[in-house]
This record gives sequence, structure tokens and C-alpha cells, in this order.
Amino acid sequence: MCTSKYTSNLVFVANHISAVSSFLQHTDPMLKKRDEFEDMLEERRNSSDFRYALKCYTPVVYKNLTPCDANSLKSMVLQSDQLHYVISQVSKETGRTREDLQEEASGIIEEMAHRLQLSTVRFFAFALCKVFKTLFKSICVNEDGIQRLQQAIHEHPVVLLPSHRSYMDFLLMSYILYTYDIALPVIAAGMDFMGMKVVGEMLRMSGAFFIRRSFGGDKLYWAVFSEYVKTILKNGLAPVEFFLEGTRSRTSKSLTPKLGLLNIAIDPFLKGEVFDISLVPVSISYERILEESLYAREMLGVPKPKESTSGLFKARKVLSEDYGSIHVYFGQPVSVRQLAEGRVNRCQFSLTPRYIPMRPNEDVQTFVNDTAYRLVRAQEENMVLKPWVLLATILLQAEDLERGIPLEELTEQALWLRDLCRQYGGFLHWPGMCSKVISSSLSLHHGLVRLSEGNVYLALSGGPVSPEEQVLSRAVPVLSCVSYRNQALHVFVRPALLATAVHTSASNNKQDIFNTFSFLRNMFCNEFILCPNATVQDFEEACFLLVKTGVLQVSQQEMVVTPRGHRTMSFLSRLLLPFVQGYQVVCAFLCEKASDTLTEKEFVQAIRKFVIKQLLSGTLRYPEVLSSDLQKNAFAALLRLGAVHKVKSVDQTGLKINKVTVNSLEDTLGKNPSLMSDSNSLFQKIISNVFLGGKLPTPKASVARL
Amino acid sequence: MKWNGWGYSDSRFLFNKKGQAEFTGKRYRLSGMIIPGLKDWMEGTFGASLQHKAPATPILNSTAVQPATINEAFVEEVKATTIPFSVEAEDRVFRAHGHCLHEIFALREGKIGRVPDMVVWPSCHSDVVKIVELASKHNVCLIPYGGGTSVSSALECPPEETRSIVSLDTSQMNRILWIDEKNLTAHVEAGIVGQDLERLLNESGYCTGHEPDSMEFSSLGGWVATRASGMKKNIYGNIEDLVVHVKMVTPRGVIEKSCQGPRMSTGPDVHHFIMGSEGTLGVVTEVTLKIRPMPEYQKYGSVVFPNFEQGVACLREVAKQVCAKSLSCFFWHALKPQVSSIFTSFLDGLKKFYITKFKGFDPNRLCVATLLFEGDREKVLQHEKQVYDIAAKFGGLAAGEDNGQRGYMLTFVIAYLRDLGMEYYVIGESFETSVPWDRVLDICRNVKARIIRECKDKGVQFPPLSTCRVTQTYDAGACVYFYFAFNYRGLSDPIHMFEQVEHAAREEILANGGSLSHHHGVGKLRKEWMRETVSDVGLGMLKSVKDYVDPNNIFGNRNLL
Repeated sequence: MCTSKYTSNLVFVANHISAVSSFLQHTDPMLKKRDEFEDMLEERRNSSDFRYALKCYTPVVYKNLTPCDANSLKSMVLQSDQLHYVISQVSKETGRTREDLQEEASGIIEEMAHRLQLSTVRFFAFALCKVFKTLFKSICVNEDGIQRLQQAIHEHPVVLLPSHRSYMDFLLMSYILYTYDIALPVIAAGMDFMGMKVVGEMLRMSGAFFIRRSFGGDKLYWAVFSEYVKTILKNGLAPVEFFLEGTRSRTSKSLTPKLGLLNIAIDPFLKGEVFDISLVPVSISYERILEESLYAREMLGVPKPKESTSGLFKARKVLSEDYGSIHVYFGQPVSVRQLAEGRVNRCQFSLTPRYIPMRPNEDVQTFVNDTAYRLVRAQEENMVLKPWVLLATILLQAEDLERGIPLEELTEQALWLRDLCRQYGGFLHWPGMCSKVISSSLSLHHGLVRLSEGNVYLALSGGPVSPEEQVLSRAVPVLSCVSYRNQALHVFVRPALLATAVHTSASNNKQDIFNTFSFLRNMFCNEFILCPNATVQDFEEACFLLVKTGVLQVSQQEMVVTPRGHRTMSFLSRLLLPFVQGYQVVCAFLCEKASDTLTEKEFVQAIRKFVIKQLLSGTLRYPEVLSSDLQKNAFAALLRLGAVHKVKSVDQTGLKINKVTVNSLEDTLGKNPSLMSDSNSLFQKIISNVFLGGKLPTPKASVARL
Repeated sequence: MKWNGWGYSDSRFLFNKKGQAEFTGKRYRLSGMIIPGLKDWMEGTFGASLQHKAPATPILNSTAVQPATINEAFVEEVKATTIPFSVEAEDRVFRAHGHCLHEIFALREGKIGRVPDMVVWPSCHSDVVKIVELASKHNVCLIPYGGGTSVSSALECPPEETRSIVSLDTSQMNRILWIDEKNLTAHVEAGIVGQDLERLLNESGYCTGHEPDSMEFSSLGGWVATRASGMKKNIYGNIEDLVVHVKMVTPRGVIEKSCQGPRMSTGPDVHHFIMGSEGTLGVVTEVTLKIRPMPEYQKYGSVVFPNFEQGVACLREVAKQVCAKSLSCFFWHALKPQVSSIFTSFLDGLKKFYITKFKGFDPNRLCVATLLFEGDREKVLQHEKQVYDIAAKFGGLAAGEDNGQRGYMLTFVIAYLRDLGMEYYVIGESFETSVPWDRVLDICRNVKARIIRECKDKGVQFPPLSTCRVTQTYDAGACVYFYFAFNYRGLSDPIHMFEQVEHAAREEILANGGSLSHHHGVGKLRKEWMRETVSDVGLGMLKSVKDYVDPNNIFGNRNLL
């Protein structure tokens, strides 16, 4: 069965590759059109903040809007058919009275609902002006995007989907929208904000509504929450804003999108309750992230401090620093109707009353998932890359992190990488002369990077502490740099997967390379934004880019690196190498060190110790493997591929490790490429299963085949 | 009758020498009247202009008609039966179409596609039996023809049909055979036209109460074959509620039940293979219908609502109550004032109305419901009061009998309006669906928006007219009509574009939980959606019936399946 799948895939790919160049002509990333930016702080520096905070605010609203205040919104939700239905269901199941449940529902909505007040917004606008002007050089916004957003709000209910890299994000969003006279959004915020007493209430009054982090089984909570969001959307009361990634990305990589809220937001369209819904991806890029070292520490095992008002004031010392500029790009509104055309048969909702909550069927799930990925990719694509992102990338690839790179070489490489990045469609902001750009980048990030005797190197401080602690503390600036490098990963990830595949494949055979690519891609699904079911498209995209830039030559059967392509190829493989090695380390740990009694909770601690050891012994080069994010992603991938199973017992979750599979995955990741060509080997079978999306064979079957 | 437009030759809208709109003839209440608002409405709504005319081909050019494919043997045997027939071009063209926009548009342009090769006029059931036998014997394709008011492309000859096509015109089978006053039934030949049936029954003091908008021209057999619905269905029922017994001639023989029992438990009701078969199985020849004594008392009425939402909510409430079931007939216009202003008197009444009494109403959102109560006097008055009381709860205000009556009058002349539009580059169509109550508002909004969106995407210069009304209420839902028209000047292939928009609108209806059709039928226009409408198995069931009843596809109009 495997074989037949394999061949049909081959034909499929072959056909596709031949069509690639013509097909992709239109989507050449170089030709992507993007709007111009305007600095919105400029005006703020030249006129009264007070007058600005009191300015006349009359936003364009949804054309079918029937105005409705926060209180009548609550009662609409409490009186909705859906809530009545769920209350009677829950009442039957639990034996609680309906009045009791109705009471609980009112409690939930009181806890959840926003209380948007223009006066609070004005206060924030005033305060944020002051803060932003001290922290940032500029806040650049694409005003065409604002125009489009305004239009979209008038036409249809709108969902705003900003990227999430900082606590600042949602205040910044509201600030921008207020400034441009756009309808203020209501924002889904995590309950943890509510812990900050006064601030929590102020956020509520500036449009935040609060949802509990987990309420998996609580039907009543889910009903109130989803009805609340839907009521706002259906009536177009305000744009609804939430973070697709669910939480702040500590690594600056986009996170695998969470589907819960998106499902709720799309539902009114699927059920015909609105004509259309516009999804607007917003990309917010910070030249310097406020939480930079906080994140790095968190990745290294220092837990995240609980949000508290006093904590926020402690953060005041950040106010004295320069954080460069912010770029905010409002993307093209995406019509849910257009996306769903031909993909979802809306008739399926005709046979049940619409107020009965139903689990979406497979079509809908795939559709929502694809939509989510598409939007996260749209966020990525419009994310502005600052020069420092490229410098961090180059510095992390230095032979010796401590010694760094001579400034001249850095400059040369930066120019080279700048051009490459542009060719691959990166949205690069490169203001002016190269040397000037570099020196100002270096000075902005003076906490991370030093320049002395013509050498640029990372500021790795080491104190008189134990070697283990030293490893950890030196990893802090590395991980900070990594988070900047990560901003550019989405530009290079597909070509990098291909480059790695070309290097590790046994032959130049196109099918071999595709197989390896497919394997790698499947392996790194949790690490990068790679849409499920898009292997062929991703492969085509990578081929197109590498062929277009003269790195690869593709013939009927073979893919060969051109002489002038080696530099790009090695850059790309080295970009991916920390991840490859990181995953291998995780595999090695699970095979060699993990005891049978290892629990999921212990995994994080144990692997960290193991990595530190590897770093100290010199078998592992990359301190970034210490990142708990990478380790968790690797672990999730192994779970997904069935190499590790969770075994739940009463008080903890144990792990059952399939060592044969883990071992073979580790090897396939590159230790011994020759295995790839051994068609009789077990590995080959496993690999072909993995990249074809099939399940790994159970150990028993594998042994039998051996 | 017009050969390339709706209705009687003497009745039409036109702009007279003074540039005023006028409705000609003497047949309707509106006949001979000047309608001053119409010109402004045409210009304002569609951007049409009296200077830009798109005149129709005045007379049929018989050389444009394909020569008839004659099955000589069949013709010889028909001759022997003395059943009248014709192979004249005019007779054939007249029976080659219904009243879909594309059909009329093509006729106006003088374009004629595949038409029947011959027309036969049987005058009784046994004539039909003979014709069907001969057709089977000589492998001739038969297409039954009643009143020709189809709006589903049901009468179009399949272009791929190579056999001789014979149009079986039932118009000569138009007698009431008997009236049974004990059981209140009438046995009628299926070719009778609605208004004749009603008139003849009225002479004996009875009525059927079945009044589809097309009742001036559509036939009893056509109603049965398409599952027709009339505007008084709340009082009298739809065709399936009225039929007691049917006789249909098929290539397998005659199908009919053995008795006239008012209800039977004898397996699936075979009448339901006949009703809605759209001429694919045979010809309905005779029907026994329920009749009722003519109503003692009739009263029109109307209600104005501040907006569509409240109007629909009111209708829903009325539908729950007895007063809807026993006798009121409800009607509903979601018309902007400009539209109602086509008819000055209507506007004048209304205008005064909302300006003086209901200043609170936004004239752009206002809606009108027209009502007709029928039955004994006491009950009518009682139910009328109930309905107005309910309406008041939903912000509705009684707007007088006159307006109600005009609403009904509008129903019959509105079809003539399309012909006027076509003279000035405006093309339009109405289409219907049925939908559960909770989806009425959503479907109306979404379908209207979809039409506007599609027109914009396809480059229509002027925004289209896209409106709707609720025309029937049921316990579990309503029938909704959509109206769609636009000015096609500057478009190279308006009909193709129009069909694309109509197609998109139907997709939207289905996606919003609406049915494929409430009473227009499927024909060929909507048959691509039959499978998803009735499921694979359902379609298979229908096919197997067709295969058994008509294995050689004698009734080859290719509707439905």
C-alpha cells in the first residue's frame, strides 16, 4: 500500500513541478505590493496631547447597526435562544434548577463583559501618548490599511487579528484606532489581566472582555462566551479583536493558531446570520521588544511573573530605554464568504435549529484551520523586518559566538542577506546607508551586542558561578538574539527546509529530495507555521525561490546545486541546523536517559539538565536548544508522530516512549543520511509513513518486518 | 395573446406621446389609466431613459423557425383519428416557451431555437390515450402544454432531441364534467384555465379558491403537474390539498385511484408521483377537486409596518393563530415607497398616511402588508380585529381597505411591467423559495445582498433592484419571493450575466436553508440542484418511477431529473 501511495505522489509532484514556474509567476514574492507607512507619533510631538485626547471622535460604523449599550448587550445574551437551550440541557444533566443556572450565567457575563467608555479611552489615549513618545522613535502605520479597515467596518462585521508579541499590543491597537477615528474594538483578553485590580477594570472600560484560560467542559461558560462574541459580531456592534496565536509569542515566531474563537467568529456567517464577515490580519513589529530578556529568562526556566499592578509599575524602568520604532500593518481584509466559497456546504446547517450548539464537522474544521493558518501567514508576510533581525541572524551563525564577526564582514554579509531576504519576499525596512543602518541597529541593541576592536559579538556575560549556571546566564542574550532572528524565519523556512533536504538526501533525485523535504516539514510542523495539507505547495514555493535565485537547477529527474548557489544553500541549512540538532537532542534524551517512570511534568526539567550537559561537553553547539519552547515543540512533534505516548494515571501523566521510532527519527534528521537510500531498512518504511502523513508502524509490526 | 410577452395583446404598459406611462386595454382596474410615477421610478431606480429603447422584433419571422421534423407514420395515424393538429410555425413557436426571462428575451430578439415540430389538440381523455399510444408506437416525443406560464424552462424543447417533438396542447379539454354538491367536489378536464374554472363554478355558486398569480392563463393540469400554490391557500389549501382524484395517461397506461375516499392509507400516495411530475410521466387529463360555496363576505385590508423585521415578526405571530388558518390571506410587500409609487393612487394614500399620522416611520424602510379576509361575515370581522390587534403589537398600523385591494390588483399587472422594462433595457425576474420562520430575515438579507454583490462584480453600471416579499405563511415557515432587475445597457451578453446572477442567488437561497422551489417547480432551470435537494436515494426513486412508467422517454421534456 505504501508503495502505491508513494508512486502516485511521485507523479503528482512531477506534474506539479513542471507547472511551478508558470504558476508561481504571479505570486513572486518580489512583486508583492505593500502600502507606505506614516509615523503617527510625529503629529503627537507637534501638537497638544490634551486636545488630542479630547478630540471629536465619530467613527464610521456598520451600516446595519442598531446601536446598543453594554447593558442591553448583556441582556440580549442572557435571553438568547442558545443560552436558554444550553441552560435546560445542563439543568437536565446536573439536576440544578434553571433559575440557579440563569443566575450563574448572569454571573459569568458580569465577569466577562466589557464596559467600553469613551472617557477611559481618552484617558488611555492621553497617557499612552506620553508613554509612547518616550519609549519609541516612531509608530508607523499604513494609512491605506486604515482606509480599507474603515470601509470594511462599514460593510460587514469585522474581526481584527493582530499578531501578539507584547503586552502592549492591544493597547497599541486601540490607541491607533482611536487616533484614526476608527470604531474601537472589543478585545478578548485572558482572565489573568483581571488580577490587576484597577488596571483590569480600566482595560474593561477601554473595551476588553475577559475569558477564563480554560473552561473545556463547562458548557454554560462556553455558551455565554460564544453567544457574547456572536451577538457583538452579528449586530456589528463593534469590531471584535482577538489574538489568533492565543498568547504572546515569546520567541517572535508565530504560534500555531488556536481555533476556538475563530470558530465562534465564523459561525454567524456559516449559519447565514450575516452576509459576510471581514477578517483583518494586523502585523505589529517592534524594533526592540519590551519583554526581550523577560522572555529569554522564561524560556530558560524562570517562570513568568503573574500579572499584577505593582509588577507593571516595576516595569517603569523600561521607560528610560529607547525601543526604536514600531511598524503596524493593517492587512487586506479577508472575506469569510470568499474563503468558504466552494469549501463549506452551508446547507448542512439547515437541518438543526441554529441555536443548538454543534460540533463542527470535518469540512468546517479543516476550513477553519486552513483559514487560521492563512491569516497567520498573512500576519507574517506583513511583519516589518528591521535590519537588526538580519544582523542577529548572521551573528548567531558565527563560527564562534564569543569572538563574533569583524564589522566589515558583518556589513558585507548583511548586504548580501538583505538582498536575499528581499528576493524571498521579506518585508524589510532598511532606512538608508548600510553602515549607518548597522551602527544604529547595534547601538539600539547595546544590551545584546558589543563592538570592540572591529569585532561585533554577543554580550555573553559570565559570572563566578557554577558552570551550569553560567551556561544558563550566557544563554539569555543568545535567546534574545534568537527571538530577533526568528522574526525572519518565515521568509526562509521553506527554502531552508529544501536546502536541508538537498543536503541530507542520499541522491539528487527529485523524488528523494521531496521525500526528505516532506519528512522535515512534517517533523517541524509544531515549530513553524506550515499549513497541514500544503506539503506540495510549500515544496513548489521553495523550489521556485531557489530556482529563481539561481541556487538550484531542476531538471526532469534531478535537483542540483549550482556553483554560485552554495553560499545561499549553506546559509539556509545553517539557519535550520539549531532546530535539527535540538530535535535530535530531544530524541537522544528520550532514548538514552529517559527512565520508564518519566512523567510529562518532569520532562522539562530533565531535558534542560541533559542539554546543559551536552553544551558543557561540547557535543552540542547551540545554546538556543535550551529554549523550552523548542523542547516543547519537539516533544509535541514526537507525540503527534506517535513516537511518544501519554499514559494517564490518577495523579500524573506518564510517558511511554517508542525507542525504535524515536531512534530512527533522530537518525533520519541527519546523523546518517545514507540510511535514507536503504530501501530495505525499517527507517525507510517509517520515514515514508511519516511524510505521507500515515501513522508510524507499531513496534510489534516493525519488529516482525525486521 | 402576445407571442413574445406576457398576457393579452391589448393590455400593456407604454409611454404615450406626452411621455406619460399608461396601461392600455379594458381588462384590468388599472386599464386606461395614466401612471405618472412610473417614468420617474424607471429612471430613478434603473437609470433607464425614454430615449434609449430596445424594441422587440414586431412579428414572428417564420423563416427563422427550423423546419419541422415530421414523423410521417405518426402524422398519418393522427390524421386518421381526426384529432386536430398543426405544423404551422406560429403554432409551434407559441408552444416552445414559458415565461422565463431568457425565453422572452430571445423571442423579442427574434431568436428561435428548437421548437415542437407539431401541435395536437385532443378534446377529451380518450383522445389523449390515442395520442400517447401512437407516440409510443412511433417513438415520438410528447411535451404536454397547458397555459404556457412556466417559469422553469419546463417547456423548452431539449436541443439534443432528434425525434419529432409533438406539443400536446390541452386547451380544448376545458369542461367541468360534473359537480357533486353532496360531497362538494367537481370533476374537471385538466386543460381548463384558472379564471374559466372559477367563473364557471361561480355560476353554480361555488369556487375552488385556488388563485395563483397566473390564474388568468395557467391550467388545472399545469397546477397538478407543478404542485401549484394559490394566494388564498391559507383558506382553501394548495393544489395537493384540493385534489381528490387524478387521471393521468402514461405510456404504460392510465393511472388513477379506484375511489374518491377523502383520505387513504394505501401505501405511498400515488398522487404524489403525479403532482410535481412536470410532464415527465404523462398527461393529466381529468381532476376531481374540492369546491366550496362562494364566500359570503370578503374584506380587504392593509397594514403598514415601520420595517421589514417587525412585519415578519407580526406575520409569524399571525400564522400561529387561528385567524390565519381559517380565513385570512396574507400578503406582504417589502417595497420601497418608490416602487409603490408606480401606482399614484397607492402612493397618494400612503404618503398622506405616513406623513400625517406616522411621522415616526422611516419611509425608506417602511413595509406594507395587504390582507384579504373571506368567509362568513361574523368570523371575518372577528378575525380582522384579531389580526389588527396583533399587528398593533408589532408597530403595525391599519392602512385601509383601498390599499389592500390595490395590492391584489398589482399582483396581476406586475407581470406586464417586465415587458415595459425590456423596451428600455431593463431586464428582471422574480423567483421564490420556502424557508423556516427563523430564517426568513436572514435569507432575505443575504440573497438581496448577494444579488447586489454579483451585479457589481459583473460590471453592471446601475445598482440593481433587489427586493423581496413574503407571500405565504405556514405553521413552520413562509414562502418568500425575490425580485431582481437591472439596466443592461453597455453589457455585451446581458442574458448570460443575468443567468449567472440568478444562479448565484439560488445557491445563496439553498445555503441559507431555503428550498429549491415553493411552487414554480424545477423544470430544466433548477434541475442541477435536484440531487442535493432530495438526496441520491430520493433521486434514484424518482428515476426508477420514470424508468418504469416511461422507459422510452416518450414524455421527453427532460424536466426535473
